[in-house]
Amino acid sequence: MQLKPLARSLAVALSIVVIAGCSSTGGTQDGDSYGSQDGSGTGTSTSGAGTGGQYGSTSGSGAGAGQQADSRIPEVRTIHFDFDRDTIKSEYESVVMAHARYLRANPNSRVVLHGHTDERGTREYNMALGERRANAVQRFLNIQGVSPSQMSVVSYGEERPVASGQSESAYAQNRRVVFNY
Amino acid sequence: MQTISKVWLFCVLLFVSSYANANLTIEITRGSDQALPIGIVPFAGGDNMPEDVAQIIQDNLERSGFFAPLERSAMFDRPSQADDVEFGTWRSLDVRYLVVGRAQQTGSGYQIQFELMDISGQRRMIGETVTASTNDLRGAAHYISDQIFEEITDIRGAFSTQIAYVTAQGLGDNMQFGLYVADADGRNSQQVLTSDQPIMSPAWSPDGRKLAYVSFETERPAIYIQDVSTGQRIQATSFDGINGAPTWSPDGRKIAMSLSKDGQPEIYILDINNRSVERITQNSSIDTEPAWAPDGRSLLFTSDRSGGPQIYEYSLGSGEANRITFTGNYNARARYSPDGEYIFLIHRSNRGYQVARQERDGGRLVVISETTRDESPSVAPNGTMVIFATQQGSNGVLSAVSADGRSSFRLPAAQGDVRDPAWSPFLN
Repeated sequence: MQLKPLARSLAVALSIVVIAGCSSTGGTQDGDSYGSQDGSGTGTSTSGAGTGGQYGSTSGSGAGAGQQADSRIPEVRTIHFDFDRDTIKSEYESVVMAHARYLRANPNSRVVLHGHTDERGTREYNMALGERRANAVQRFLNIQGVSPSQMSVVSYGEERPVASGQSESAYAQNRRVVFNY
Repeated sequence: MQTISKVWLFCVLLFVSSYANANLTIEITRGSDQALPIGIVPFAGGDNMPEDVAQIIQDNLERSGFFAPLERSAMFDRPSQADDVEFGTWRSLDVRYLVVGRAQQTGSGYQIQFELMDISGQRRMIGETVTASTNDLRGAAHYISDQIFEEITDIRGAFSTQIAYVTAQGLGDNMQFGLYVADADGRNSQQVLTSDQPIMSPAWSPDGRKLAYVSFETERPAIYIQDVSTGQRIQATSFDGINGAPTWSPDGRKIAMSLSKDGQPEIYILDINNRSVERITQNSSIDTEPAWAPDGRSLLFTSDRSGGPQIYEYSLGSGEANRITFTGNYNARARYSPDGEYIFLIHRSNRGYQVARQERDGGRLVVISETTRDESPSVAPNGTMVIFATQQGSNGVLSAVSADGRSSFRLPAAQGDVRDPAWSPFLN
């Protein structure tokens, strides 16, 4: 083995850095898993607690495990969409209803709906599709009696994926609307 | 094992250097079968220079797809001036053109003399003496490449231009975005902006001095205009909803964009001086991704008013919009060729999302890329190449294809994703 110990360890260290850099959020990529981490970014200026498809339970207000459904922000804050669709799937209606109840019960609470798409297609067109998804959720909440003044919409298009790669499951996780309080 | 050690050291150096300057490297992915054979002889006196000017010229000409340079190892004669060129020698190597030159150090830099020879016509075509400071030898090489390219092809060279592009790393809430400007060969990259929020859609002003782009740094999209050399910038729009897809008018006074402040995304035109916006499109569908025609009289844009996204052309004179793409059910993000005769766009084929070309007045749509996850086509100012974003493995890379689809090259970054390329106008 001619490889010099220093060169070898440097190379190994660098390869670890590279690998770590490629998967820095590995393990929290699955938008359908109930993570317990704080969903807010670390050391960034982003505001949205609970974004990134994680259903954080320690972020936001009222961290206690109270049972009063309408006094704390619902834990599930991400809903997913079919390819090229902005229809709220029936399996997520209860999630949106829970947010509607919370917002009605807490008129001072405000939510920003972040719309996202998967990476396929052009960036600015996807920006429009992401907005369409968030608008669909906003309309649904409005019909459920939530005041328009409590809601706003920001589309991120395909710019903030939570899952990498070109698999159908990664695409499905990235097509989402996130409730940010 | 000695070679393994060298490879590792090379990887380490590559990693470190790329991390420091985020340059892009070039890989030719497809050579044209109609490329002209040319020889670029290493310049006399070049051994002592910090840049191999002849090599830069050779790489430029090869990347253009118009030329197939002779390998240096095949050159058994290395003339440095026209008088020393033995035409028979080069004819026997099937070379049609030959570039020779020599360099001399001067007080503050170098004096480079080059000559272009027509081997079959046995004549000297052009020659020039170029002076360059030591840190602008690449610029001199690009200038010489432009002269050679234009002399042989009758098309203005675009080697002295730049590209703007966006980098991204990370996932979800932990992402870093960068806006960069680099030379057209991917070198000399300079950071324009970094943010932990998305940066999108850079667009060059017609004078090549400013970039308009979308930044989410206020946690929502806004359009900024930034002077590339001074860094000075203004926030041009920050309406409710989408502020996206900026594109400059040819006179540099206006920017067309997509805004959703009145409901769904529509095309608007911003007057940069008085900051007024004029709404252009009126309907209940998505209208986005405008591009201004070179003559300033019309705009291309993407609309899903027919169901899926298709390309429409809006006449600023008549106020009418006409659909101009009819092949397939997904055509988006179109750009005009500099002569306005063609449009380049993203077309969803049965293979995926690909760069395609179509005559502006209709006609057949022709796919010109071989990759299938393509985005953001941007046409070189001389119309010969289209740069676009695509995927290589799991990384976003920039790629370029000749307008006729015959040749292509790739500009991967060492790490992270590169996307949203914008080819600058001519800068001189």
